[in-house]
Amino acid sequence: MRLITTKGLAVRHPGHVALHDVDFHIDRGEIVTIVGPNGSGKTTLLRALIGAIKPSDGMVERMAGLRIGYVPQKLHIEPTLPITVERFLSLPNRVTRAQSQTALERAGVPNLGKRQMTSLSGGQFQRVLLARATLSDPDLLILDEATQGLDQPGSAAFYRQIEAIRRDMGCAVLLVSHELHVVMSASDRVVCLNGHVCCHGAPDVVASAPEYRALFGSGTGGALALYRHDHHHNHDHDHPHPHTHEEVE
Amino acid sequence: MLDDFLVRAALAGLGVGLAAGPLGCFVVWRRMAYFGDATAHAAILGVALALFFNVSVFAGVLVISILVASLVSTLSGRGLGIDTVLGVLAHSALAVGLVAVSFLEGVRVDLMAYLFGDILAVSRMDVLLVWLGGAGVIGLLMWRWSALLIATLSPDLAQAGGIRPEREQLILTLALAIVVAVAIKVVGALLIAAMLIIPAAAARPLAQTPGRMALIASAIGGLSALGGLGAAWQFDTPAGPTIVCAAALIFAASAAVGLMRHRLG
Repeated sequence: MRLITTKGLAVRHPGHVALHDVDFHIDRGEIVTIVGPNGSGKTTLLRALIGAIKPSDGMVERMAGLRIGYVPQKLHIEPTLPITVERFLSLPNRVTRAQSQTALERAGVPNLGKRQMTSLSGGQFQRVLLARATLSDPDLLILDEATQGLDQPGSAAFYRQIEAIRRDMGCAVLLVSHELHVVMSASDRVVCLNGHVCCHGAPDVVASAPEYRALFGSGTGGALALYRHDHHHNHDHDHPHPHTHEEVE
Repeated sequence: MLDDFLVRAALAGLGVGLAAGPLGCFVVWRRMAYFGDATAHAAILGVALALFFNVSVFAGVLVISILVASLVSTLSGRGLGIDTVLGVLAHSALAVGLVAVSFLEGVRVDLMAYLFGDILAVSRMDVLLVWLGGAGVIGLLMWRWSALLIATLSPDLAQAGGIRPEREQLILTLALAIVVAVAIKVVGALLIAAMLIIPAAAARPLAQTPGRMALIASAIGGLSALGGLGAAWQFDTPAGPTIVCAAALIFAASAAVGLMRHRLG
């Protein structure tokens, strides 16, 4: 069952095209990872998917009654705004103490309810955001670079938590990340984005795709950690616009 | 009882303080301090137009405040920094207002009354407007409370939760315009922003949740109005500025408490 489908999606900002010709879909229960270099339109795509920006072209179709749990890239809370974790979880829809406690346990941080949001560490903060996203019993969990600022063990643990949540709740998960090795091992599909969809498919297919390797190079330890053998064939590809190529030996 | 000008003044001040406190919290949380200033300064233009067209000052100020606030919302993020847009609009609106007032022939306008307030001269009608406007603002904030909070914390989270952040911004803009319109007689155009920001800032070290902070800000706003009015009567000082001084004193005390707690804790 399709949760979200886009056809020919384009988003234009004044002076530049952030996304064009994006055909994308995510099905019930899937884990899909979007990878791409900085400025490749990953966040723009997410924002278009949740309806925060209107497409300049093409269409975005969401399943009727689709419930989305959204974990944003970063959230700055003004120090002038006092708010406890429990109160934060109750926005915008009030939840019971039991519900917020369940959500915090699900995210692996059962003891934070009474703490001030501004007093949390980076990892705790992200888990509270994750807990919040699960409160609406979502069909789809969307995480935008959710492990930015976490160290390697921290983000690995975070991703294990997400897999556990998917097992328990049966929701689909859409990730945006640059930490390719951790993410890709858990994904059903990977979409490689650079203003448009460069390539997509199962993680091993994408990792060996010339388009992907042209974008990320073979020197990125992440891809190599998963796929030991080296590709020595030609990685040129036929996109009309320049990508940032890393040297491939 | 309402025949006594002091009672009317106290009621008007109290109404403005109680309503400005909670709204001021949003002004502080959203870093809109300058925004409040721009809207308040533009109110002088509203006064001039109201007198020119012979409509109520309240209506004139309300309309101009809404217009300027919407103009700021529209212009920001279009090439100019928000502080630049506000700087241009706040001071231009004030200047245009002052010039416009000088064109009013045959109408004697006590400009000082609108710049610094004239709380001892408020009429029964003014008191009624203050309390109706104040109740309207509190009602708006209570009605949209959760949505306003999440839109303040993160427009993206709000959007994902089915809330339109622009709509919430519009509601705050409207509330701001109402407060400016009812407060101009009480503390004057130049000091309205102080009644928004100082009680909220003073409430911050004393609160653990947003709701608590709004309540405390409201109480501090009310207390400042009554205390300031009392002091003005006692020391024969201008009422509007004295009210703001009272708020500043409470802020200093609260900041000291916050600092001490920080040291000890």
